[in-house]
Amino acid sequence: MTLTDNDELKIGSHTFHSRLIAGSGKYKDFATTKAATEAAGAEMITVAVRRVNITDPDKENLLDYIDPEKYVILPNTAGCFNAEDAVRTLKLAREAGGWNLVKLEVLGDTETLYPNVVETITAAEQLIADDFEVMVYTNDDPIVARRLEEIGCVAVMPLGNPIGSGRGLANPFNIRVIKQRAKVPIVVDAGIGTASDAARAMELGADAVLINTAMAEAKDECLMASAMRDAVRAGRAAYLAGRMPKRAFASASSPTEGYIWD
Amino acid sequence: MEIHLNGEQKQVTAANIAELLCELGMENRMIAIERNLEVVPKSKYNETALSNGDRIEVVHMIGGG
Repeated sequence: MTLTDNDELKIGSHTFHSRLIAGSGKYKDFATTKAATEAAGAEMITVAVRRVNITDPDKENLLDYIDPEKYVILPNTAGCFNAEDAVRTLKLAREAGGWNLVKLEVLGDTETLYPNVVETITAAEQLIADDFEVMVYTNDDPIVARRLEEIGCVAVMPLGNPIGSGRGLANPFNIRVIKQRAKVPIVVDAGIGTASDAARAMELGADAVLINTAMAEAKDECLMASAMRDAVRAGRAAYLAGRMPKRAFASASSPTEGYIWD
Repeated sequence: MEIHLNGEQKQVTAANIAELLCELGMENRMIAIERNLEVVPKSKYNETALSNGDRIEVVHMIGGG
């Protein structure tokens, strides 16, 4: 059997068939953003909320290329360092496009971009009380992940490594522990650098991965995006298939009887 | 009157949010407006009057991860 279209991912009130969530930052132009997002097979794409350039209102916009009718648009709170700014940002995003499913990230410092989990929890509680469906970026701490699920986040998104670092999964054990104890989808967000990182995250049981820099900074963005698509599917299939146990010593693949010298 | 628009002082003639968007050439965009830290629903652009010194934010979606 193969991985079928029945392998659905439900996040809040949405259902997806792709387990690769695309970021839209850092691309050299909007045409490449569009092409790579298509090559990745993504159905959901993150966007950031920023001031309009008042002096040049006719400048091209990301959403001229990424059709909100075709993709689930996931507004983020990138750049927010406290709960108040994050909640403000997402209220504006909801008014702009009617988007209720959001990505909450509240950062702790500019060097590591590690999350400030105290402010993150505060913001999540306020957003959930205001009927948002909150996908929440957090660190790879199973206790914090559980807390975010308990307060009503629809997906918990532990980092693999710092945002934009491309360093892979720092703590695969914690990703597995977070997944094993969660009832909501677990999305590995940040740290994926190449296809094997994405496959590894999925093999650990992650329900999805969120990838931006690894695709946007590849020499060939679309080729990397298609590699990520395949890696996510392969990792997901391997997880569902159930891997063999690891052994300390060899286990012969050919029968150990009927040798011609016996 | 003078308002704080996206962090900068700006002289405008608009009396409300709808007129402000016309004045800026930004009608019918996928944007959102905040007036003095409160989101202004699209349905209330006409009735939301501008006052001298208002802090207005006009935001849109850009690439981000």
